[in-house]
Amino acid sequence: MGEELRLPIAADVDVVEARQQGRALAAVAGFSSGEQTVIAAAISEIARNILMYAKKGEIILSLVQNGDRQGVSVVAIDQGPGIPDIERAMQYGYSTSHGVGAGLPGAKRLMDEFEVDSVVGRGTTITMAKWRRAI
Amino acid sequence: MEVPILRQGQYLIASIQSALTDADLSHLREALIAQVGRSRCRGVIVDVTALDVMDSFAVRTLRDIAHMARLRGAETVIVGIQPDVAFAMVQLGLTLKGVATVLDLEEGLAFLDGRTKERVVESKPKRPSSRG
Repeated sequence: MGEELRLPIAADVDVVEARQQGRALAAVAGFSSGEQTVIAAAISEIARNILMYAKKGEIILSLVQNGDRQGVSVVAIDQGPGIPDIERAMQYGYSTSHGVGAGLPGAKRLMDEFEVDSVVGRGTTITMAKWRRAI
Repeated sequence: MEVPILRQGQYLIASIQSALTDADLSHLREALIAQVGRSRCRGVIVDVTALDVMDSFAVRTLRDIAHMARLRGAETVIVGIQPDVAFAMVQLGLTLKGVATVLDLEEGLAFLDGRTKERVVESKPKRPSSRG
């Protein structure tokens, strides 16, 4: 386990910063440039979700290891309104904010692991990871 | 970061130079649509070669640009989607359905030349075939 990178998300420039840092970390972990873009896109979606629904929050990036497999972990935390209906929020094309509805389900498609933990009125934590394919 | 919009003949060319925030993308949309009217152009090229990621917001904004420009009488073509970006878009389930995309600027110009010629032919009043 390496050290973690904590990035505040409070404006749209932070979304760009978070996905660029995520891409850089994915490069360090040895992901191909295609996979780096995939990880950056997933971070972009969940970071934007923080802005849209909670106004501010945090993205924590870290390198993770599982046996001989290396990966990138992304945790998105906010103290926003929470997600009342996670099942619906995970449906592609469903949005409560006039968005595309690709945010959460899109990020889930892009990553290997994806978990949503949300309490209405308390906030949301999304934990996701992508693993390098074994060589 | 503001995206420079160049005019070349009947076309507008927006050449994205770096990663864009959501606000930058929205601003580009407004600026292009306003300029389509002001400059009476027939075509718009958006060069996304330098975009690091095309996520749902970027794709929706590009689609909006194309549809709004069409309503204002101009065709839009997106050029320069990088292989990695295309790979992530497909995995995200994002499409640019109904929006023309070609490989690069050169092909974009050729595409618009073809499209705008068609339009002019379509709208030309028919001449009587023989003088009477």
